[in-house]
Amino acid sequence: MRGVYAVGIGITSFTRLEYPLSEIAAYPAMMALRDAGIRKVDHVLVANMGAGRVNHQTGLASAVVDTLSLTPAGADLIENGPASGASAIKHGFAAVASGLSDVVLVTGAERMREINNLEATDFVATLTHPIAEYVYGVTLPSLAAMFTRLYMEKYGVTSRHLAMVAVKNHANALLNEFAHLHQPITIEGILDSPEAMTNNPFVSEPLRFFDCCPVSDGGACVILASKDVAVKTGRPLVRLAGVGQATDTHCVHEREEPTDLLAVRRAAAKAFEMAGLGPSDVNVAELHDAFTILEIAESEEVGFFKKGQGHLALERGETALTGRLPINPSGGLKGKGHPVGATGVGQAHEIVHQLRGEAGKRQVGGARVGFTCNFGGFGNNVVCLVFVREN
Amino acid sequence: MPVDLEKILRPTYREMPPFPAKHMTVASGETMVVRQADRDEIPDILPHVAKLMYVERDFYDVVAARVYAELLAYYKHRMQDEYVLVAQIDGELCAVVNGRMVNDEVGMSLHTLAFRRGLRIGAHAFATKMEYHMDVLGNSEVLVVAESPIGFRRWMIEYNLEKRFDVPHELGGVPSWALTRELFDRARGTLVIGRRPVPKELLEKARAAILPPSDPPRPPQDLMAATRAKYDPTGTALMLRKWLAEGKVQA
Repeated sequence: MRGVYAVGIGITSFTRLEYPLSEIAAYPAMMALRDAGIRKVDHVLVANMGAGRVNHQTGLASAVVDTLSLTPAGADLIENGPASGASAIKHGFAAVASGLSDVVLVTGAERMREINNLEATDFVATLTHPIAEYVYGVTLPSLAAMFTRLYMEKYGVTSRHLAMVAVKNHANALLNEFAHLHQPITIEGILDSPEAMTNNPFVSEPLRFFDCCPVSDGGACVILASKDVAVKTGRPLVRLAGVGQATDTHCVHEREEPTDLLAVRRAAAKAFEMAGLGPSDVNVAELHDAFTILEIAESEEVGFFKKGQGHLALERGETALTGRLPINPSGGLKGKGHPVGATGVGQAHEIVHQLRGEAGKRQVGGARVGFTCNFGGFGNNVVCLVFVREN
Repeated sequence: MPVDLEKILRPTYREMPPFPAKHMTVASGETMVVRQADRDEIPDILPHVAKLMYVERDFYDVVAARVYAELLAYYKHRMQDEYVLVAQIDGELCAVVNGRMVNDEVGMSLHTLAFRRGLRIGAHAFATKMEYHMDVLGNSEVLVVAESPIGFRRWMIEYNLEKRFDVPHELGGVPSWALTRELFDRARGTLVIGRRPVPKELLEKARAAILPPSDPPRPPQDLMAATRAKYDPTGTALMLRKWLAEGKVQA
């Protein structure tokens, strides 16, 4: 396989965007093309989950490639739920690594705020099992709540730990001009004060409002290319060194131990194996914290901490921006936002940004190895990526 | 005999007991004070409301225009039995709510205008307004209407308001909803919160000056925001007009 490099990146604000979905996909792509100094690509991959259902637009890849005037490049839509972004990057990796393409533009986009929060929750819930889960009213917050309750009972995680994740990621998001939420929150305000229950009500017990990510619009792009192309761009060489994907049962209740996220564990192991690295080599990570508990659980499953000890590392400040292993310096899904199809590409964008040393106030000093975990469904389809700064 | 026309034009006010200020901690950990605004403070509030009249998002334009008119009418004695409450953090104006008494039994909720988003500031201010009607003014129900979907979710759904569709609301004559005393009692402790008395220094700081909002809602980034969904589902016509104006395409 050839080496695959991230040569260009671009992103929109993750917020409420008021222009057509194809433009939300195209804008970060234009930024990425400019970043890389590239005008021609062989293939365009568009990651998206809800264009047909939410935005009444199908054939999004064809629209985007034309909007970008990149015809006759090939173009495909990749839909893998909330892991669509990293899935698209994986396919881009395969195309470049195999020699099928020299340059692949991967852009993720979602426009979810066109519908209200109830409809958005229902839209995302369509990725649950239609007969065994969805018809009984299961939503992603309710699945995450049941998962959290089990995690609390088994490992001693408390509401305070969950609030600590939210406070940390909101603080990081304040340093990210593209983040959806620019609201500093405190433990006092969301947990301890007499008004905390109203400020931060239960959404699905034990998960509260500030344990859940916002519903966002947004787009992000990463251009992948062969080493020859990467060297010509003159940009820092950031190699996509490891790609891993794994699946688990569609229904959460069919898992032998529901607190184990086996797809995360296996996807991370594959990505590290391909990269020839291990969790201890990672300097900065973007984990899929759609709910605060997931940052803690994923930090254990990918191997950063022992099972059941992620919350203790959080307590010690190890995952803070100034800690031993900063997690979600961008603000994560919790603070930066979660436009589902774009999220995985947004995570890669942040890691490339960090490894280039261009992340400004939220820069993790000396970062050479970065990791992303993009969590599809409720852990039933997960893609992990390892990036390495080479020069 | 000379006639003082101003006396005729001004309403004859009923006695309305003042709202006792309260304070609360919001999600940011900051302390917010909600207090009654005096009539002579209205000119300090109006410029901040005026800016929101041009925010074509979440019906800020409609709400701000109406609030401006109601506050000005209150200031110039052209509104019957109105009151205005302000929410402030470190003196900064975070929300304005107003309403009025229709009679001893019925209150009329007018507007809730939040200048900071995302901390339930508008929700806290609305709850405080309902508290004023129920606990201080002694109304048995308050007529409410929402002009935005956000307001509808906050008031009609969260408080489970009752329909009073036979009563046109003063805001646009649309059908009213009602917060009854029973519904209000159910919301106590969950939606209706706050502590009294307000520490002296906090209250003094709030009264000293109404400072400008630090992060008020802003107009949408693109004109399409206002028109796309309703009149032009694809946005094409507006984009074309924009491109024509920018010289990117020729007519």
